[in-house]
Amino acid sequence: MTSVTASQEVHRTPLQRGLRQMLRRKVVVFSLFVLALYVLVALAGIFNLLPDYQERIGTGYSPPTTERLALILGTDVFGRSVLYKILAGTETAMLIGAMVPLIAVPIGVALGAIAGYYGGKIDALIVWLFSVISSLPYILIVLAISFVLGKGLIAICVAMGLVGWVGLCRLVRAELIKHREREYVLSSRLLGASDAALIFKHILPNVVHVAIITASLQVLGAIKSEVILTYLGVGIQDGASWGTMISDAAGELVQSIWWPLAGVVLAMFFVIYALNVLGDALRDALDPKLLDR
Amino acid sequence: MLAYAVRRVLYTIPVLLGVAALVFLLFHSVGEDPVRVALGTHATPESIAELRAQWGLDKPLALQFVDFLGQIVTFDYGESYNSGEQLSAMFAQGAAVSLWLTVPPFLIGLVINLVFGLLVAYYRGTWFDRLSTGVLIMTMSISYLVYIIGFQYFFAYRLELFPINGYEHGLAGVKYLLLPWIIILTVTAGEDVRMYRTMFLDETQADYVRTARAKGVGEPGVLLGHVLQNALIPIVTYTMVAVPFLVMGAFLMERYFSLPGVGDLMITAINNGDFPVLKGLTMVIAIAYSAMVLLTDLVYAWVDPRVSLR
Repeated sequence: MTSVTASQEVHRTPLQRGLRQMLRRKVVVFSLFVLALYVLVALAGIFNLLPDYQERIGTGYSPPTTERLALILGTDVFGRSVLYKILAGTETAMLIGAMVPLIAVPIGVALGAIAGYYGGKIDALIVWLFSVISSLPYILIVLAISFVLGKGLIAICVAMGLVGWVGLCRLVRAELIKHREREYVLSSRLLGASDAALIFKHILPNVVHVAIITASLQVLGAIKSEVILTYLGVGIQDGASWGTMISDAAGELVQSIWWPLAGVVLAMFFVIYALNVLGDALRDALDPKLLDR
Repeated sequence: MLAYAVRRVLYTIPVLLGVAALVFLLFHSVGEDPVRVALGTHATPESIAELRAQWGLDKPLALQFVDFLGQIVTFDYGESYNSGEQLSAMFAQGAAVSLWLTVPPFLIGLVINLVFGLLVAYYRGTWFDRLSTGVLIMTMSISYLVYIIGFQYFFAYRLELFPINGYEHGLAGVKYLLLPWIIILTVTAGEDVRMYRTMFLDETQADYVRTARAKGVGEPGVLLGHVLQNALIPIVTYTMVAVPFLVMGAFLMERYFSLPGVGDLMITAINNGDFPVLKGLTMVIAIAYSAMVLLTDLVYAWVDPRVSLR
């Protein structure tokens, strides 16, 4: 490495350095590619560009053939294409994966920042609130909330989001407590920075890695939870979802009809694998404790 | 230490009050009117009023909440709307099944995964490490439900090694639990081993490890004598935090294998609108969980002299 690039290296923030290091690994790039592909399918679904999965394209339970693309994963009980159903399920899964962190992360960061920065009574109140929520089994709250809001996609997203902020709030609060007495914060305060400016401009950029890592884990958790909630009867009721397909598969397997299950498992495997790898890579890249190894 | 313990125990009271309020509100705003569900469409206004009074639903909400608090303190949650059974008896029976289902694999998994985690950390950077990490991420990328369906189909239906589902109380129940245990162990291995590996590796960067190496302690000695001890603190926390996920797994498992545990009671109650069961069970689980957290904190303060007892 020449001295020029070395000096450039110095000017990068730890965040940029971490991300660059991360992108040098092939498996990370591959995972990003996989994730992009799934997002693309989901976007196509949102704009109604996916083929209609409700259409009957063959006889019921015909095994996979390579004659037509639609039949490559066989058909379900009504003769609908398993591939098209999986694509429609991808849209649902990605929507859930996007919505849960969109609800949970802002709440977690805001409450965590307020509690950690101000301390005192408001801190006690927020700590009490997350102690209460985390004393209840997660699945019970989600079940209860989805019963209040009615079953379906929106309900489970809101339910998971309203429960999911707790862990992040705890982490952000701890970071804020650590940072609020640091010299850089004290000196900015001395220069007349307001509380809001201190929190948003000075402290939060230093704890943003916590939010990013948590969000990446939440995407994964949300997609996995959808399957379980749907099986337990509070998940997706109408429309295609991976959860419904997996729930149906138990009865089909006994009749030696393996392809609907195999298709969903594969579809889910790739995206969860990619998210797992990305979550790990983000943690390695962004956690300051691990940065200078 | 004693003052800290007392304060910590006292703090669970406002938390449990909050839980009680939340549970009460949630299950009072949820679903249909239990009285109408129970009496069906042919109910007369008189019979509705009578049942409402019998279940204490005619009182103001605040009084009903006080009743609920009384139930919690005395551990007498009344009777199920559906079967009329005593709830405390139902819970005790369900809890026995659920604990049978979750605790043995939890303990076995703890030992296996810790040993495996230590091994992977010891051989960090080698092909063994990379292969295990790769395989473990793959096992984590398959849904819990798929493991259950697949294992039941393959091991119970095709190979007939285990009963397909069912349960018997007492020791005879073990043969029904073996397959769920294997599934729980398989599902939790990936996350746990990788977490323990990270924790061990975090510790291997510490100064005391360098000191130990410098004074000539061998690599196994460093890992077992120094790293393991220091990593125990994050491990205790992580393990305790994982306990609520046991509940989620238990729900799914009990539902699928028809095991009459707490999760199965719960889902049945949800489907039937059986509110006393829902409220009572949620409360019991929350109390048990709070007790676990309390225990972790106390163990934590006792084990780690760095924890300040403010």
